[in-house]
Amino acid sequence: MKNLSLWNLELKAAEIRLHLLRIFSYGKPHHFGGSFSCVEMVTALYFYKMNYSLENWQAPGRDRFIMSKGHSVPTQYVVLAMLGIHSLEELKTIKQMGSIFQGHPDVRKTPGIEAPTGSLGQGLSFANGIALAGRDDGLDFKVFLILGDGELQEGQVWEAAMTTAHYGLKNVCILVDRNRYQSQGAVDDLMGIEPLTDKFNAFGWQAERVDGHNLQALCAALDKVDGKNDKPVAIVADTVKGKGISFIENTYKYHNFNLSREEYERAEKELLERIKDLEKRS
Amino acid sequence: MATEATRDAFGRAVMELARKYKDVYTMDCDLGRSTRAYQITEVDPKRFLEMGISEQDMISTASGMASLGKVVYVNSFAVFITGRAYDQIRQQVSLPEMKVRICGSSAGITQGTDGATHQSVTDLNLMRGLPNMAVVSPADGRQTEEVINFSYNYPGPMYIRLSRFSTPSLIPEDKTFQFGKAQSLKEGDRVVFLSTGPILMNVLKAAEKLEAEGISCGVYNFPTLKPMDEGAVSDLAGRYDFLVTVEEHSIIGGLGSAVAEIFSGMDRKKVKARLCRLGLKDCYGESGLAEELLEKHGLDTDGICNYTKSLV
Repeated sequence: MKNLSLWNLELKAAEIRLHLLRIFSYGKPHHFGGSFSCVEMVTALYFYKMNYSLENWQAPGRDRFIMSKGHSVPTQYVVLAMLGIHSLEELKTIKQMGSIFQGHPDVRKTPGIEAPTGSLGQGLSFANGIALAGRDDGLDFKVFLILGDGELQEGQVWEAAMTTAHYGLKNVCILVDRNRYQSQGAVDDLMGIEPLTDKFNAFGWQAERVDGHNLQALCAALDKVDGKNDKPVAIVADTVKGKGISFIENTYKYHNFNLSREEYERAEKELLERIKDLEKRS
Repeated sequence: MATEATRDAFGRAVMELARKYKDVYTMDCDLGRSTRAYQITEVDPKRFLEMGISEQDMISTASGMASLGKVVYVNSFAVFITGRAYDQIRQQVSLPEMKVRICGSSAGITQGTDGATHQSVTDLNLMRGLPNMAVVSPADGRQTEEVINFSYNYPGPMYIRLSRFSTPSLIPEDKTFQFGKAQSLKEGDRVVFLSTGPILMNVLKAAEKLEAEGISCGVYNFPTLKPMDEGAVSDLAGRYDFLVTVEEHSIIGGLGSAVAEIFSGMDRKKVKARLCRLGLKDCYGESGLAEELLEKHGLDTDGICNYTKSLV
């Protein structure tokens, strides 16, 4: 657990969003909606909860993070760069020919990426495998994942949820980015997934619902993954798709879309204002 | 003569491997006693992981274990492990080059009475098409042991095709398994059979019979289907009149196709042979005894002989 104040964490989140925007730039399609909605979760994990730093990011005992909804990996790339593992400048090559920053997570190309995801629904099984192997190796790391809410429509997620509980892998923790939109529309319209906490509880997890943009609430929920928890922890985080840029919030249209130059400039202004507001509160 | 199925040799070989190396595991989806994956429990019960009936979860979990250096032999019937979990194998084993061993058990029509749903005739096609994936198909028990021992140190992903079809020992002891190499078991001058898996038993019998009838036959075994032994195929294509591939698999995508792919790139002036493929002719199997099914699809000794005589 790291010693950053709530204000520091909020500033980190605001900075992540600005970096994301600048890396995405304009005129190029990117997964804006899901990358922006999970920012606080990724912040709470890397800057508060996880035993993970520039000093130990390759150590066998490090905590691990897997972006199971692989299309939101840019948020993880940004944080890896903020930790000093990559450079923000190089991150601007994202999705370009020859870049180490692929459109979806690639364990061979990108140091710091822990799991090959991108085809949805496979991250939790992979995390269980890491946890099973780590247990036999006597390592006591934790494995955290972010799953998309649309991703929960994949049957494999529920196969894996059974496996986590069956093998008592209490060091595996999932956060569901419940941003309510998937590629083609609202999750509840396309294929309903609720009641989520009931579902996870019934699968042998301990589930709770939090405001996924409230860092204090997220940190408190993550505190429950302390090695003494009886069951694996599932945190269903209610979020806003595209959070932080007013005109892309709460719509599926920017799930994978490009901004015009004017939209980009407007978005940059909003994100800079957020940082300025926070700095005033310091 | 004692007979053995390659799945039995597999169970024994992995158990011995587990005795030697602490990082060897097996996984299965409620078929562990049939695939023989369960046999590892004689060495260490903890290194058999029962995944329930969930092939997709099994493959991805094994890949996660492989990312921490474990060598996991994942098992199910060939039809399920390659078909049901194809995307997991593509995305989390083959693409990231994870050291996972995909073991497809009860492959081919000799699976027998369970019928078409359980008989894998497309697994080689599916696995051969995946970049980075090695594909092996041992013919008898001893060769299976050699393949399993080799597989432990092989750095990338591997598909291992296994069978419940019992055969006597087919390959002389001095012919050792070499990854990527075909094995010459008999030389002739008119027809050469290219075989993979335990169907080699019928191929050897057919060659002997044909020889007695005055048709000189060679027999080559291909325990590795990827990478293919291109040199051996080129050599045979230049020496024989007929190359006949024999496999317990569809003629689309398996050994026959792999040989045809090599043919397609060869200098026509150096090709003497006509290529003929024996296998399932773009169809599924059905319930029946292994011997009955082999006969129906022309893969019994008489079927192979009759087909060959129709050529020469």
